[in-house]
Amino acid sequence: MTAPILHIVDVTRTHGEGETAVHALRGVSLDVFPGELVAVMGPSGSGKSTLLNLAGGLDKATSGQVLIEGDEVGALGANQLASLRRRRVGFVFQDFNLIPSLTAAENVSLPLELDGMSVKEGRRAAHEILEIVGVAELADRYPDKMSGGQQQRVAIARALVGDRRLVLADEPTGALDSTTGEGVLRVLRDRCNAGAAGLLVTHEARHAAWADRVVFLRDGVVVDTTGSPEEAETLLVGSGS
Amino acid sequence: MSVKLGLLALLAEQSMYGAQLRSEFEARTGGTWPLNVGQVYTTLARLERDGMVAQDAQADEEGRILYHLTPLGLEEVTTWWRTPVDRDETPRDELVIKLALAVTTPGVDVPAVVQTQRTATLRHLRDLTRLKVQASDQQASSDGTSNDLAWLLVVENLIFAAESEVRWLDHVEARLAAEAARPKRAVASTDAAAAEDAEYRTAAARSANTTTTSQGARK
Ligand SMILES: Nc1ncnc2c1ncn2[C@@H]1O[C@H](COP(=O)(O)OP(=O)(O)OP(=O)(O)O)[C@@H](O)[C@H]1O
Ligand SMILES: [Mg+2]
Repeated sequence: MTAPILHIVDVTRTHGEGETAVHALRGVSLDVFPGELVAVMGPSGSGKSTLLNLAGGLDKATSGQVLIEGDEVGALGANQLASLRRRRVGFVFQDFNLIPSLTAAENVSLPLELDGMSVKEGRRAAHEILEIVGVAELADRYPDKMSGGQQQRVAIARALVGDRRLVLADEPTGALDSTTGEGVLRVLRDRCNAGAAGLLVTHEARHAAWADRVVFLRDGVVVDTTGSPEEAETLLVGSGS
Repeated sequence: MSVKLGLLALLAEQSMYGAQLRSEFEARTGGTWPLNVGQVYTTLARLERDGMVAQDAQADEEGRILYHLTPLGLEEVTTWWRTPVDRDETPRDELVIKLALAVTTPGVDVPAVVQTQRTATLRHLRDLTRLKVQASDQQASSDGTSNDLAWLLVVENLIFAAESEVRWLDHVEARLAAEAARPKRAVASTDAAAAEDAEYRTAAARSANTTTTSQGARK
């Protein structure tokens, strides 16, 4: 079998110490392979965002390992991490996190430009992806002049722009109506079908249904999954027409 | 879903022969309700007896007998379109019965029952979603024949039903957790009852001296 893009081995994440310590994750392992979209579900506070933050190198595990295409995230320096996030990992935050002083297009093209792409090329790529997520007309608008759903779609465009191998999305459809939400999942699904790996946190079963498998978290532990990656693969082959 | 009304609805559009009715029915419902030709002909015979359909006087060029709707049949279909489906008449969902029994039967791991069901339903939901993607692609690329649209609507309905089941299961789980956290006086006696029950069952199994497991026996 091919190597996973995201390889998480027995990670724990504890906030604080002693009596008041919060064990956000306690021994979670998870692989996400190229072409695969995995959904993470679980009650509020079960550790979903924590898991995603660790996978994106935004937070460090207390113990255990997180590897992205073979690189151990915990061992990377600040510059390497920044480059990883610009080039290889796209992240959609639960609260969008757009930069208020930049327009939609600038928000989207920023990682590309920081990575050395010319402004012109960066803008072209930004417009293309804004078009795909259906907010091309907002390219020159600032975040505070957009609705929540529009900001969310710009945030998704930012995560998908360029050739990201790993896309991490925390409730990317939270502020969207059902048709728009579905459009976004379709874009994410297409990305994965084209070879990327995706990890999607969601409360909605209808949205988790776009994934190949669903991982359930409760109190920082994986309590169940809807199947193994192998099985997901055979199912895909089975229905692949 | 009654086959009778389905056939009447198809015949309201045009006269058809039995095999044609069957394939048309399946095409429109995406094979969700497979019929066999025998079923179609027995239903047609009953409809004919009741005066809702009649056979054409002459066979078509290929010697097949076409059925057409009578005014009475047309009235029946029209009433059907106008009347909401009576949910009270559909049989009670096995899952509801199962969970109702699970919470009242000592020794059953109810959260596990819920989780198992949710896993299965989510898989089902995933498969339906794949079907839906295929169906909507098909619809987008075709010249928009209404059969593709009909199939898409059927799949979407199944998706909504599965989703609502998952939401209900989430609710059951939350309700159980809240219930478990609630201090209650009856706990001791329930535990005692459960222990007594377990003891009783072991004793019964010992005395029965059979190879049947208690699990198997309960099925
Ligand atoms: N910086 C922090 N300090 C202390 N505790 C934290 C911190 N961040 C998260 N936690 C705790 O870790 C646990 C997991 O939080 P997390 O944000 O991963 O949950 P979640 O599953 O994403 O929830 P939601 O569905 O509400 O977004 C929670 O109990 C939370 O209170
Ligand atoms: Mg969260």
